[in-house]
Amino acid sequence: MGLSLFTPLSWNDTGFILTGVLNTLYISIVAIFLGSVLGMVVGFIRSISKQSFNLFMGAFLDILRTVPLIIQLVLFSTYVGVIGWPLNPFTCGSIILSLYTMAFMSEVFRAGFESVSDSMRIASRSLGMGYWQTIRYIVLPIGMRTVFPSWIGVSLSVVKDSALVSVIGYMELLRTSDQLITRTQQPLEILLGVGLFYFIISYPLSFFGRHMERKMAI
Amino acid sequence: MGDYQFHWIIVYQALPQMLKGTFVTLHVSLLSMFLGIIIAVFLSLGKMSETRILNIIPNIWIEIARNTPALFQIYMAYFGLGAFGIHLSPYVSVLSALVFINAGYLAETFRGGFQSIPSTQLIASRSLGMTRIKAYRYVVLPQMFRRVYHPMTNQFVWSILMSSLGILVGMGELSGETQRLQSLSFRTLEFFMVAAVLYYVVTKSVLLCSELISKKIFTGDI
Repeated sequence: MGLSLFTPLSWNDTGFILTGVLNTLYISIVAIFLGSVLGMVVGFIRSISKQSFNLFMGAFLDILRTVPLIIQLVLFSTYVGVIGWPLNPFTCGSIILSLYTMAFMSEVFRAGFESVSDSMRIASRSLGMGYWQTIRYIVLPIGMRTVFPSWIGVSLSVVKDSALVSVIGYMELLRTSDQLITRTQQPLEILLGVGLFYFIISYPLSFFGRHMERKMAI
Repeated sequence: MGDYQFHWIIVYQALPQMLKGTFVTLHVSLLSMFLGIIIAVFLSLGKMSETRILNIIPNIWIEIARNTPALFQIYMAYFGLGAFGIHLSPYVSVLSALVFINAGYLAETFRGGFQSIPSTQLIASRSLGMTRIKAYRYVVLPQMFRRVYHPMTNQFVWSILMSSLGILVGMGELSGETQRLQSLSFRTLEFFMVAAVLYYVVTKSVLLCSELISKKIFTGDI
């Protein structure tokens, strides 16, 4: 009997793949949003604060940047299990991915804040603006403009890094495709589709980012 | 901390194997850097050439390498190539994925470095009587090397971090070895904490070495 243990890829799998696509987009957007907000705050603090605080904060950000994401994910998900607050893969993954994003975003935003020259701040203060008004109307608009291309770059790398959240069991695109491969034994077709998806998201944005970079270069 | 008991003795006993894994990590990332640099030189030359046909392969390579996740490329090398009857071992598939990525990123770095040297410098050195080769050897390439040195260091660090994805295809580098060792005793937390420390130490020492070397070889300012 020609009984096969594997069923080929069919249209019924569309929903399953779509879940993976949506989950990838979902966790990426959450991580980019939280990471950017936290990164902006940390970057701002780092751009104005004293050496001692920078040393402490810098060491923490350094660890986030020099330990591979995959190790961080495994460590954190094991740790929350050990202390008795097991989190679901999504929460766990988005916490670590957001912190990881924050580590990179903070440098981006710090560079942005520091790109606004002191004389510009002094000028706005001498025009009668308060400290926060200066930040709100002068430093933020000018600084954010310059960081936009690198912000896109970091965001895209987060979309790509979100594939790693699969190791703690989050059903993102690469994990769904992994399971489909196990069932269908058609790795090439499925992986090409997955690659195409990432490429379609990433390529236009990176192109746009490079375009903006050229446009903003003085 | 609950009632969790740390058992460090198991990790301590497994430390030689973890250090061996660290060595494999360094080994695979160094090799991937070396091969990546060689390919990247050709890719960047192809990309900068005036002939359209030579641009095609570098463009495709660079865009795919930059716009898809590293994990995808490792899966592609490990599972995907099986469709063509090519079965790579975990080590070779991780290595080839890393070479692919490094070449793609470094090609852009080299191109940027090369184009940042104004063409007037080449003209000036030619007019001083240097041959074309001498002009590149003594004027253009030293400056270019200085500009691509730090991006290259960063890429090396990235290779070390990305090689940790070997855990997913069962490779014997630091993460994969840690995964295997922890599955013998299920002291996941201890093992991965030690792995994190080892990664931190390795990455930091690479950065420190590169900083020392750059202080040594880049004297004076541009």
